[in-house]
Amino acid sequence: MDQLIVGGVEFKSRLFIGTGKYPSKAVIEEVATASESEMITVALRRVDLGADEENILKYIPEHLTLLPNTSGARNAEEAIRIARLARASGCGDFIKIEVISDNKYLLPDNMETIKATEVLAKEGFIVMPYMSPDLMAAKALVKAGAAAIMPLGSPIGSNRGIRTEEITQIIINEINEVPIVIDAGIGRPSDAAKAMEMGADAVLVNTAIASSSHPRDMAEAFKYAVKAGRLAYLSKMGAVGVHASASSPLTGFLSEVK
Amino acid sequence: MSFSKIVERYTPEVIAEMSAQVTAEQVLEAIGKETLSEYDFLALLSPAAADYLEPMAERARKLTLQHFGRSVLLYTPMYIANHCANKCVYCSFNTANDIARMQLTMEEIEAEAKAIRAEGFKHILILTGEDRHKTPVSYIVDAVKVLKKYFECISVEIYPLLEEEYRQVIEAGVSGLTIYQETYDKERYLSLHPKGPKRNYENRLNTPEYGARAGMNFVSIGALLGLSEGVFDAFMTGLHGDYLQRHYPSVEYGLSLPRMRPHIGAFQDFTPIGDRFFVQILLAYKLFLPSMSINISTRELPSFREHLIPIGANNISAGVSTQVGGHTTTEASSDPQFEIADGRSLEEMKRVIKNLGYQPILKNWSGDF
Repeated sequence: MDQLIVGGVEFKSRLFIGTGKYPSKAVIEEVATASESEMITVALRRVDLGADEENILKYIPEHLTLLPNTSGARNAEEAIRIARLARASGCGDFIKIEVISDNKYLLPDNMETIKATEVLAKEGFIVMPYMSPDLMAAKALVKAGAAAIMPLGSPIGSNRGIRTEEITQIIINEINEVPIVIDAGIGRPSDAAKAMEMGADAVLVNTAIASSSHPRDMAEAFKYAVKAGRLAYLSKMGAVGVHASASSPLTGFLSEVK
Repeated sequence: MSFSKIVERYTPEVIAEMSAQVTAEQVLEAIGKETLSEYDFLALLSPAAADYLEPMAERARKLTLQHFGRSVLLYTPMYIANHCANKCVYCSFNTANDIARMQLTMEEIEAEAKAIRAEGFKHILILTGEDRHKTPVSYIVDAVKVLKKYFECISVEIYPLLEEEYRQVIEAGVSGLTIYQETYDKERYLSLHPKGPKRNYENRLNTPEYGARAGMNFVSIGALLGLSEGVFDAFMTGLHGDYLQRHYPSVEYGLSLPRMRPHIGAFQDFTPIGDRFFVQILLAYKLFLPSMSINISTRELPSFREHLIPIGANNISAGVSTQVGGHTTTEASSDPQFEIADGRSLEEMKRVIKNLGYQPILKNWSGDF
């Protein structure tokens, strides 16, 4: 049975989705259903617990696990504060740490992320840190108590695909203690399929779905892509040949020797 | 190096000459680039780029979707005082203008806050004139403490403070700073600000940095378009934004495009910025600094504002009164700072934004963070 377990919770879908950039909050509900996703991230900075119509949480189907994120945090301290507020306002124990100290490229600050992860994991949070792919930082996050590692494929919102392939592949190969979720940059279903073929445990997709002309259909497309990529990975794809070759110019002589 | 040293490298004459020499090829090259140099940015502001607004708009639309998606943040300003020691020749609050002066008491601020909150706003921008005696930092701090009970995010558009003073207002609950240079042309600046503390050009220029250093989450800058030569002011605004982003990258920046509107007072010596050029500036900002928000005020007409949303405008005010206490007083008890062109309420703006296929956002931050 091909199971994905994060923080002790089992997920049937390996596609995680987001809630930002949508044309309306109602679309989020359609996307959640069409994607068959079971985990959805939401920026606490956007959560308006007060008003009914404006509260984004009302549009998220109940069977989805809420993954509040610390978008807007500039350092560990702010991320920790936002995480605690998320839990206090009933958003559960999952938390995606997002510490951005550079708003031009929106690249995560790994050092601050590690600090926040350590503190929050000790407080019982199920911590899923968003990171710039780096093997040593990934190991440090595991040691700090992360429940999953979320390296970026390319800058957030860029839809550029997995430009960090070499390094994320190394992280996938080397980090076996916790699931690896490719987050950010996945621009099209084929990118998601590729991430899964590489052996990622899951992907998180937001902009590519939210900013497409038909978010519901795009969500469905990603659902199939993630399934296809996972199935391909499990089926152990054949080795890629450099070129077809009948003769063995370098080792042919071996057939002549006894 | 401070930005005032960078400004010294350019003069309006040199920029005018450089922009006049830009070719169509250079414009097209700039539009096609991922990362624009300052010369590319100038090319987009040049007369040659005026023929390429559509391809610029296409690129701006893509960048806006990438960075902000289909969402528009709505906020409203709240004027708490209009006492002013400055003589900005273009402003109704000019100390020499015989207008009704007032400042709200804490009780009045609370009443105003309740009224604005009841309209549905979560983000508020508080404004004053520049009068350190009548409206000292302690007055601002007290006002913020009252407003914090009603709003998620409080920004200030007040007179320039020192870094330490910004720390005080942040401590009280402020997350955003709006401060406009008005014009980057120093000579023109000095002639437009003949008296008062605002006459200090360099201090005003360095003020956004003081706010960023003090820990503001959001900083908005801009030139009051029409006060001086448009290409120069827009170019310098972009360079200023780029400078701030490089030096204080953890801050989220906004670029505003206020445009001269009719106002009380004799000053009518401004260079009107037409709609086409206004849009060209907005597009050039978006292509040069795509991660920055773009703010369009109610100085602009309703339909014009709506057209700017898909191509970059993602911060929009609504339910606006530019009078002190304008949300609770029915009669004009003070004169407005400027005449607005879009008087639509929050509910109306929400409807309009939804009809465009965009999501109105009321909360994008919390002072509790």
